Amino acid sequence: MLTNFVVPDLYPAAAELFLLTMACVILVVDLFAGSARRWLTGSLTLLTLVGCAVLTYWNFGDNASLTFANMFVDDPLADFLKLLVYASVIVVLIYGRDYMAERDLDKGEYYLLVLFATLGMMVMISAYNLLAIYLGLELLSLSLYAMVAIDRDSPRATEAAMKYFVLGALASGLLLYGMSMIYGATGTLELGLVAQSVQEGVANRTILTFGLVFLVAGIAFKLGVVPFHLWIPDVYHGAPTAVTLFISSAPKLAAFAMALRLLVSSLFGLAEQWQTMLMLMAVLSIGIGNLAAIAQTNIKRMLAYSAISHMGFMLLALMSGVAGSEVDPMALINAYSSAMYYSVAYVIMSLGAFGMVLLLSRAGYEAENLEDFKGLNKRSPWFAAVMMVLMLSMAGIPFFVGFFAKFAVLLAAVAAKHVVVAVVAVMFSLVGAYYYLRVIKLMYFDPPADSAPIRAGFDVRILLSANGIAVALLGLFPDTLMMLCTATLVRSL
Amino acid sequence: MNSYLLSLAIWVPIIGAVPVLVLGSERRELVRWLALGVAIAGFVVTLPLYTGFDRQFVGMQFVEIAPWIPRFNVQYFLGVDGISVLFILLNAFVTILVIMAGWDVIEQKVAQYMAAFLIMSGLMNGIFASLDAVLFYVFFEASLIPMYIIIGVWGGPNRVYAAFKFFLYTLLGSLLMLVALLYLFLQAGGSFNLLEWHQLRLTMAPQILIFIAFLVAFAVKVPMWPVHTWLPDAHVEAPTGGSVVLAAIMLKLGAYGFVRISLPILPDASHYLAPMMIGLSLIAVVYIGFVALVQADMKKLIAYSSISHMGFVTLGFFIFNQLGIEGALVQMISHGFVSAAMFLCVGVMYDRMHSRQIADYGGVVNTMPKFAAFFMLFAMANSGLPATSGFVGEFMVILGAVKHNFWVGFAAATTLILGAAYTLWMYKRVVFGAVANDHVAGLTDIGWRETLILTLLAAAVLAMGIYPFPFTDIMHASVDNLLKHVAVSKL
Repeated sequence: MLTNFVVPDLYPAAAELFLLTMACVILVVDLFAGSARRWLTGSLTLLTLVGCAVLTYWNFGDNASLTFANMFVDDPLADFLKLLVYASVIVVLIYGRDYMAERDLDKGEYYLLVLFATLGMMVMISAYNLLAIYLGLELLSLSLYAMVAIDRDSPRATEAAMKYFVLGALASGLLLYGMSMIYGATGTLELGLVAQSVQEGVANRTILTFGLVFLVAGIAFKLGVVPFHLWIPDVYHGAPTAVTLFISSAPKLAAFAMALRLLVSSLFGLAEQWQTMLMLMAVLSIGIGNLAAIAQTNIKRMLAYSAISHMGFMLLALMSGVAGSEVDPMALINAYSSAMYYSVAYVIMSLGAFGMVLLLSRAGYEAENLEDFKGLNKRSPWFAAVMMVLMLSMAGIPFFVGFFAKFAVLLAAVAAKHVVVAVVAVMFSLVGAYYYLRVIKLMYFDPPADSAPIRAGFDVRILLSANGIAVALLGLFPDTLMMLCTATLVRSL
Repeated sequence: MNSYLLSLAIWVPIIGAVPVLVLGSERRELVRWLALGVAIAGFVVTLPLYTGFDRQFVGMQFVEIAPWIPRFNVQYFLGVDGISVLFILLNAFVTILVIMAGWDVIEQKVAQYMAAFLIMSGLMNGIFASLDAVLFYVFFEASLIPMYIIIGVWGGPNRVYAAFKFFLYTLLGSLLMLVALLYLFLQAGGSFNLLEWHQLRLTMAPQILIFIAFLVAFAVKVPMWPVHTWLPDAHVEAPTGGSVVLAAIMLKLGAYGFVRISLPILPDASHYLAPMMIGLSLIAVVYIGFVALVQADMKKLIAYSSISHMGFVTLGFFIFNQLGIEGALVQMISHGFVSAAMFLCVGVMYDRMHSRQIADYGGVVNTMPKFAAFFMLFAMANSGLPATSGFVGEFMVILGAVKHNFWVGFAAATTLILGAAYTLWMYKRVVFGAVANDHVAGLTDIGWRETLILTLLAAAVLAMGIYPFPFTDIMHASVDNLLKHVAVSKL
């Protein structure tokens, strides 16, 4: 046996290996550094992510390279999404630092869990095998469950973690079950071979479709779309805000990659089936997400429902790839790149919005009610403006990136002759505009209820301002990001 | 041959708003002068658009074209013709007045107030200058944001309700328009160029659906009956400056959308649905005229009068003759001056009395004679008296309507009676008679700043009324071209 062992090409997975090594190093360093030198753990974590970014950037190539017996793929899409994941995790760590420190939650475990969750996302993004996808997903999910419960003494956080864990385990089970069906029908776990077998029509369609349903359910749970959305509000609300920030950002990119790899790269032959499912989930998510968000008084819950509707929009693009029976490669690229563009835009907006919630929170005080934004324009005109930009962008008002994200998605939907669906979606975004406008109303029209000055580190202020400016600049000059999404997709599909 | 005048008209006020915001509200006096300087600069850069305009040339002038979003073939494509150029000048002019009108009155967050108006002015210039559908849409929707803030922050007691109603109503229309634009993009084979869309062939069914989508967007903005209900609320709650911009410029956006987009892109649907449009316009003219008659609040009365006058504009567009369309455009410009003046007059009184109720006034002429004279002129213009600008447009539209159908013209002409009735009756109750109460007795007449604003407007109203040729001359070639274009079926 040993004689047949070939050392796999490790270069494509350099960033993953580096992160894993560093995670072990940090584990030991933290043990000896202790709570007095916690800054060391934090800085090392940031350095690790920067190192990963360098490695991934260095790996950025024009074509895909497979390794680990075709379980792992390194293509431009993966590299691009990974770079975005690192960036968003770095932002999360900086935004959340003071919040976690003030609550004495910035233990070594927090940083390690962040790193392992990141590793999980990287594996999910690069997986080229059903089991590798599952492996990455579980690594991410288990880290997230623990992160939600990191505030051990908070009953609300524990409850949220329990809910998340039970429902998450169920979803993982569904996904795994679906994968076993696919394996049963095609006899392979490798995505490329699955696609081949589905295209050739040798696999049993009934079993495939059966498996597909479970796969879609698993994906829908990870994205948090209706009817698998019930965990989202509770987890967003119950988790410490810095953890909510984490959950609401980078994992959406990983889930997008998972959806793309499973549905498009391997089960494209079943597009007709999954498109109908996605359409239903998209419309329901946009509807229910926006309607339920109106009734919320807690901003974390409101943003949770808004996340549901945003993921619905993303699905809308994902299902618009094929119009009728003909397959037009341009339409495909348009649809999937707009889904990707939407996910990226959403992550940028979500980072900013939860960053604002963190900014207003202080030691012993959670600024998580909408009321806490009252009169922000009096307290800090600049950050009120940043929040206004973020809210308008989420509502899809130009000139902000959120508008162009919606624009690209709607264009894909109309191109796929789903005009009615597009009209329904815009009507619900009208409903959605109401609750985003309400935040602006609280900040600008109402007098402040709390006149405490806003205290935040210099780096947080700079980064949050940059976040707001990015949302505005990406709206004024939307082409670069759109082109990047398109170019990486063209080279990877 | 790129000209940068239109870009300047758009970006000078917007970029000028940045230092205004940075200065902050502490240094009020400086902020006011700076804002005024920016507004005047914004007006000055639009002047070459008038002086350099080639009146014989059919088509777009001062064209600027550059790729903006190559991914979707969206261009930064600007240009004006005889139809749109005057609105840019009007907008820049009104912005100066609005900055001056808010001079002493606004004491809270002065910098943000001034900046909001400057930004809005630039965005609205963008709408009039855009020849790319996405650019048009983006400016169209972005202009909601400053107005929402203006109504919500500096408005009256019920401002939150009014601001939301304004924003959501308008957004409803624009979102449907967005889907229609995307559909047209695909039909046109991947182009958002409005001029190319003018040549696009479309069958009847999509034309009608797209027309309805645009109708919702533009009808809300005009506003046409029955989607007009946001306007009285918005006007009553908005600060004076907000009402002025709303009435003078923002209402024109909807009407402008009809001439720039609906008519030339969808001529067959426009002809087919013209009876409905004429019907809705006449309802606005006549029914809303009666509604205006019974208002007890001056701002509400002028708001309803605006709806009624805008009914004339849509009527003029959909009778498809030269008199009608030119009359409607003249009416739009004239209404820009007159409604601005009327709201400013009410603002002058409100600043002193903090009431807009007609019943609280009476005998204002005894304490404010200079003001009463100005108000008289504008009230006359509002009711369409010859030699004021209000007469020219209405008369042209009525003539055009009579050509189209006698009874349509007859119904439209009732506005001359109704308009005079509600405006002059209000004027009589507010200005004439004995001094009604101690508050009125304590009024002081207008100061030099208010006199200056009202003089500028009075000059514009009279000039346009006595010698409208410069206004009609500039639009003649473009309207002619539009009519020829609309007469050709695209089926």
